[in-house]
Amino acid sequence: MKDHPDGNDLKELAQFRQQCAKKVLELYKMANAGHIGSSLSCLEILVDLCFYRMSNDDVLILSKGHAAAALYTTLSLSGRLPEAQLDSFYKEGTLLAAHPPCGGTIGAIPFGTGSLGHGLGLSCGIALSCRFTGKSFKVFTVLSDGDCNEGSTWEAALFASHHKLSNLTVIIDINGLQGLGYTKDILNLEPILDKWQSFGFAVAIAKDGNDFSSLSRAHENVQSSKEPRCIIARTIKGHGISYMADRVEWHYLPMKDEHYTQALSQIANAEAE
Amino acid sequence: MRKEFSGWIENFGRAEPRFVFLTGDLGFAALENVQAALQGRFINMGVCEQNMVSVAAGLAQQGLVPLCYSIAPFAVFRPFEQIRLDLALHKLNVKIVGNGGGYGYGIMGASHHALEDIAVLSVLQNFCCFIPLCNSDVSGACEALFRHVGPSYLRLGFGVWPATIEGPSRFKPIRKLIATREARPKATVVGLGPVLLNTLPWICETGVADVFAVSQMPLTDLTNDLLSSVSASGLVWVIEEHSARGGLGEHLATWLAKRAIPFTFYHSHALGYPDGLYGSQSYHQTLSRLDTASLQRTFQQLIS
Repeated sequence: MKDHPDGNDLKELAQFRQQCAKKVLELYKMANAGHIGSSLSCLEILVDLCFYRMSNDDVLILSKGHAAAALYTTLSLSGRLPEAQLDSFYKEGTLLAAHPPCGGTIGAIPFGTGSLGHGLGLSCGIALSCRFTGKSFKVFTVLSDGDCNEGSTWEAALFASHHKLSNLTVIIDINGLQGLGYTKDILNLEPILDKWQSFGFAVAIAKDGNDFSSLSRAHENVQSSKEPRCIIARTIKGHGISYMADRVEWHYLPMKDEHYTQALSQIANAEAE
Repeated sequence: MRKEFSGWIENFGRAEPRFVFLTGDLGFAALENVQAALQGRFINMGVCEQNMVSVAAGLAQQGLVPLCYSIAPFAVFRPFEQIRLDLALHKLNVKIVGNGGGYGYGIMGASHHALEDIAVLSVLQNFCCFIPLCNSDVSGACEALFRHVGPSYLRLGFGVWPATIEGPSRFKPIRKLIATREARPKATVVGLGPVLLNTLPWICETGVADVFAVSQMPLTDLTNDLLSSVSASGLVWVIEEHSARGGLGEHLATWLAKRAIPFTFYHSHALGYPDGLYGSQSYHQTLSRLDTASLQRTFQQLIS
């Protein structure tokens, strides 16, 4: 990985993003399932990690397991999961359920998640293990607004900071929405930058967490830190699809045919631009 | 049992470089030797039991062998979801150790008691519980704990094997401690953990009952000597410092029913807090009729 993605890298990432978005929508349509907005919210974060930032030894934990389709797709299209396996998404007897599978049966998915508040603690353990095994790799964990409601997340944040887990990067996909509405109305997390800083993390904000340049700048701002790193990625739930954007119902709803057609058309238009 | 535990663990940790000891900020005057021996592999996690279990899962996923220590209720109930999801469903080789099972922490009150730990852990997939009978049983229990590659729990308490009786025999999931001197036993007594010691000297003197200790839960099978005893006595008396629901009694009754053995069943178990008041472990055992005198009365009624 280069220190800074150049124009070609960014163009390539944008192309991968569009491929992944189409695949994510295809999977959800095939499954007639929800969590589409959540997957589109963190898609750029995962594309950046899987297609640019992570080396083969690095570990990715998706704490917001409900965005599993985005995880499966980015892992698959980046060569970490057989693409044919995606066809089993949501089907009877699949490993690729609505939330990532338990048991480490897929090498690139060390932990099954889906209950919020687990990912950061698990990531801390994996990051800490390097001190005993002599291995050297980075751990990336993607959290949601809801993850930041959970007390266990803050227990893990204290731990990561106390033990100076500098091989750990937390990326918070903070789209401002959670289960039943806006985070600020349900359990306000702001000022979230101050919170993570006060917990001892090197923090950077990606003002547009759905933009690769913004994400890269944030990563670069903390990459030399000896502290655990935290990227606060301000994203939009349902990003890229006009009728889904910033709408809580797209946490849950499946797409009707006309929704799907419209979504694909919007992706095609974005590609053309 | 803490002293025996820390001594065993110190030696194990010195020999096993993959071993990492995590504590939820507990173990004063008990774990100092472990800390000194393991140094960087002894980590005080702070009072963060949920994170302790998740971190242990992450360590185990990378091939290390972590152990999470706290007092029994804090080790089991607070991080239950982490135990279920991060450990059990991933079949990870993490040991949970809870000190003071049952009413072990006595006057510390209900928050410090663990009357349901075996019940909630025994229902988890891939999970195994080890319950030593007495202090001298701890090393065997620790060996079994680490021989079991997978998520498991060690319930520590306190109990001294009576000097007047030979034993105990080597740690096993089910073992016969006392054999009747009669042609056939009048009762088959089956107990879990140190509370069973409240019966030993005097039941041995009567010579009319078989006594078995169960030290591993959930039950995976019954031994032939236990089945023979129940067939001969027709009377099963289960003793445990644990709630009735989900404890040894229910498990054993189910297993015996599957074998279609006719038997009468009596269960002495923790009754919770029947008077709403608190006291020593002995006080709570008495209220639950698990003290020696109450158990003697129960036994006389059962066999008369």
